[in-house]
Amino acid sequence: MPALSPELKKKIEEVLPKYPNKQAATLPALHLVHDAHRSVSPEAIREIAQILELRPAEVYDTMTFYGFFREPDNPMGKDRVWVCRSISCALRGGEELLAGLCDKWSMHPGETSPDGRVSLEYAECLGVCEGAPCVLVNDECYPNQTVDSVAKLVSK
Amino acid sequence: MAKFEPVLFARIQKNDSQALAGYRADGGYAALKKALGMAPADVTTMVKDSALRGRGGAGFPCGLKWTFLPKDHPGPIYLAVNADESEPGTFNNRILMEEDPHQLLEGIAIACHAIKSNTAYIYLRYEYGRSYRVLDAAIKECYAAGLLGKNILGTGFNLDVHLHRGAAAYICGEETGLIESLEGKRAWPRIKPPFPAVEGLFRKPTIVNNVETLCCVTHIVYRGVEWFKSMGVPPDPNNPRDPGSYGPKLYCVSGHVNKPTCVELPMGVTARELIDEHAGGVWKGRKAKAVVPGGISMGFLSAAELDTPLDFAGPGKAGCLGLGTAAVVVVDDHTSMVEVLYNCCRFMSHESCGQCTPCREGTSWMTRILERIRTGNGKVEDLDLLMEVAGSMGIIPGTTICGLSDGAAWPVKNAIQKFRGEFEEFIRTGQKLRGPAEALMAAH
Ligand SMILES: Cc1cc2nc3c(=O)[nH]c(=O)nc-3n(C[C@H](O)[C@H](O)[C@H](O)COP(=O)(O)O)c2cc1C
Ligand code: SF4
Ligand code: FES
Repeated sequence: MPALSPELKKKIEEVLPKYPNKQAATLPALHLVHDAHRSVSPEAIREIAQILELRPAEVYDTMTFYGFFREPDNPMGKDRVWVCRSISCALRGGEELLAGLCDKWSMHPGETSPDGRVSLEYAECLGVCEGAPCVLVNDECYPNQTVDSVAKLVSK
Repeated sequence: MAKFEPVLFARIQKNDSQALAGYRADGGYAALKKALGMAPADVTTMVKDSALRGRGGAGFPCGLKWTFLPKDHPGPIYLAVNADESEPGTFNNRILMEEDPHQLLEGIAIACHAIKSNTAYIYLRYEYGRSYRVLDAAIKECYAAGLLGKNILGTGFNLDVHLHRGAAAYICGEETGLIESLEGKRAWPRIKPPFPAVEGLFRKPTIVNNVETLCCVTHIVYRGVEWFKSMGVPPDPNNPRDPGSYGPKLYCVSGHVNKPTCVELPMGVTARELIDEHAGGVWKGRKAKAVVPGGISMGFLSAAELDTPLDFAGPGKAGCLGLGTAAVVVVDDHTSMVEVLYNCCRFMSHESCGQCTPCREGTSWMTRILERIRTGNGKVEDLDLLMEVAGSMGIIPGTTICGLSDGAAWPVKNAIQKFRGEFEEFIRTGQKLRGPAEALMAAH
């Protein structure tokens, strides 16, 4: 069975014309696969490489440079909750917020809840410092958060 | 002086400020029409004459950079829009993109006409999901309205604008790291020269500009060079290399203030005015102990230096690295500088791309030394060791490929020079700091 569904393959092929060479579609392809699968498997890497006419090692090299992408031994939960720990948030309780969430969910940063519902991570400056402490849920940022408000965001 | 009217932020409070119809009703795309009626070289000259300097951190004169492209190049030439905005404390690009995407797209189209480019990529940090969706919709509107694509406004000018999302790495903001990342590789900054204007994206001539810089271009074409130069700080007559600091600037203020904000003001406002008049003052009735003038890479101003004007030359005169992103972060007098500096070093160590040994090892060692100090195991000699490590890394001492390491060294140099007494006392009295998330962090 191929790792990538025909729809996913088609979506990757659709971004190719944006660039003069296929390698440039590496990040878009990884995002598409990661969004759908919550991790990128070695088989998926091979199939991406095939589409982009690269060696799998080249795709893997790029992928692992960015701490962003998960591998199948530690897949992303349904929602990814990133708590900012950089300066402006740290000055206004960002680390306390992360510690509170760790406590509430009995998780360490980097882990996923056993039911696969949430992955909790620390983040570096999310660019919403006027709303410190802030939290990114997937790719939507929420300013001025507390443990309870984050818990509500995720339970929806 | 007449009351300053915001220009870059003029539309952000409006309902539906993102829509093309509203943008056009406010005079939008008139600047593009005007620019397309001019020869590309004349648009470049106009931007050069305005003395607009890049807003992304380095402050390089924008028009001058455009003239570095090879003459009569057969193409393609690329514009790479730097929307990676990741310098801690900085969020003005985000507001520009979320609230007024067409102002940016118009600037992009004008710049592409000037540099004879038919393809622009917006390298957008992944975390800006809302910006992504707003820009994506705005780009689609432009294609439908003949403002992007083929034969724009009937002038024969063609332009495609593509959005490209990053993957949460600060180093992708460095212009050649950005280029490598866009090419699908690890974001390892390139050795310069060649500069991107000569050999950049896909090995072709490329101009990299920041979002706010390009938004300024829109208004320079629309309102003219004189308007732009009517505000800001003229060049220092004693410094022949100072191009001055003209135009409006988006200043971010965050940290320990009552009302964190992003405010547009003429270049050259002081840190004190920003904090007291625009951000509601230091919170809880406290005083500022230290202020980051332009993102953490720039170092710190002490409480005695708050009257420093935040133009391109000001922070440097107070020993900081520069104006950077003009993102002000206020630290109150109840906060330990040991903790603040540790946070800065930890960030840089996390974000170093690892290519250059002085940066990879230096950022890591500085973090470990500060970890030792903050857990009560430091020695006073550690402060000299920190200064030695900081002094050996960066473009300035000539040991690294990119400026991340100068930005890692600077907060250390400033903190230890300006707050040495506090560090020494912390060490001598055997103080300890252990943040709430600490034990958990160790697991990561
Ligand atoms: C480590 C590092 C990170 C940077 N991050 C950004 C960034 O996020 N956004 C940005 O516009 N410029 C950033 N820059 C500056 C860019 O290299 C480049 O100077 C800028 O994008 C040029 O555009 P401008 O002239 O319009 O400012 C960074 C530089 C360094 C050394
Ligand atoms: S200075 Fe640091 S971040 Fe820049 S290229 Fe070298 S190792 Fe990478
Ligand atoms: S420091 Fe947290 S969003 Fe900027």
